[in-house]
Amino acid sequence: MGAEATTEIVVHKTVTVPLGVRRTFELFTARMTDFWPSEHSIGTAPLAEVVVEPREGGRWFERGEDGSECSWGRVARWSPPNRLVLLWQIGADWTYDPSLETEVEIDFVEESPDRTRLELRHRHLERFGERAEALRAAFDGLGGWSGTLTRFAEFAR
Amino acid sequence: MLDALGDPTRRLILERLLDGPLAVGVLAERVPVSRPAVSQHLKVLKEAELVVEAAAGTRRLYRVNPRGLDVVRDYLDRFWSSTLDNFAALAAAEAEREES
Repeated sequence: MGAEATTEIVVHKTVTVPLGVRRTFELFTARMTDFWPSEHSIGTAPLAEVVVEPREGGRWFERGEDGSECSWGRVARWSPPNRLVLLWQIGADWTYDPSLETEVEIDFVEESPDRTRLELRHRHLERFGERAEALRAAFDGLGGWSGTLTRFAEFAR
Repeated sequence: MLDALGDPTRRLILERLLDGPLAVGVLAERVPVSRPAVSQHLKVLKEAELVVEAAAGTRRLYRVNPRGLDVVRDYLDRFWSSTLDNFAALAAAEAEREES
């Protein structure tokens, strides 16, 4: 019994953008506020800013409109311009849980001097195991994805 | 659901089951409570659909409900798709601005 090992659960996404690799890394880390779906916030105040501190061990957090800060996780690897690993430590029902460590690993691959591919892997989702049902309840309350798509359309003009 | 997770022994039981399915007797050896207490906790976890029971021959095994994890994975799959789409739009706008 117990021979059936827990297998790693990963979400893998990729996107290509028309910018050089250095510029892409910089945009991704310094302007997360501008592309983060703002309804995905865990603070009590509306989301004003998403901050990734630019160093290993740095914090990854949101700042609310009232100035309050709410941790999301940490910077596990800061290797510009090719690699970024963030620890996503948001657990059940959208609270910061320092005992939970899932990894968001982003590779920035240079396809040409003005073209970069992002390979994003959100790893170790099996660690959500015990929290899965609570998360399901939380997701049901989010009201779908129309908000994100609307804002995307606005951004793309 | 949150009530089911609001107990440290139940969270410990779920952690043990994350390593693979177990029979109640084996599980009881791996948590610091009695077998009847384990059975009681498993009942609560089953009612919350966090744990499912499966027959293996004459034995009954308990395991973490895999559907719960499917929901998490599907959710994050859509979440990162949208977020990277947003990022691509931002990058395209930046590229256009730098050209002009």
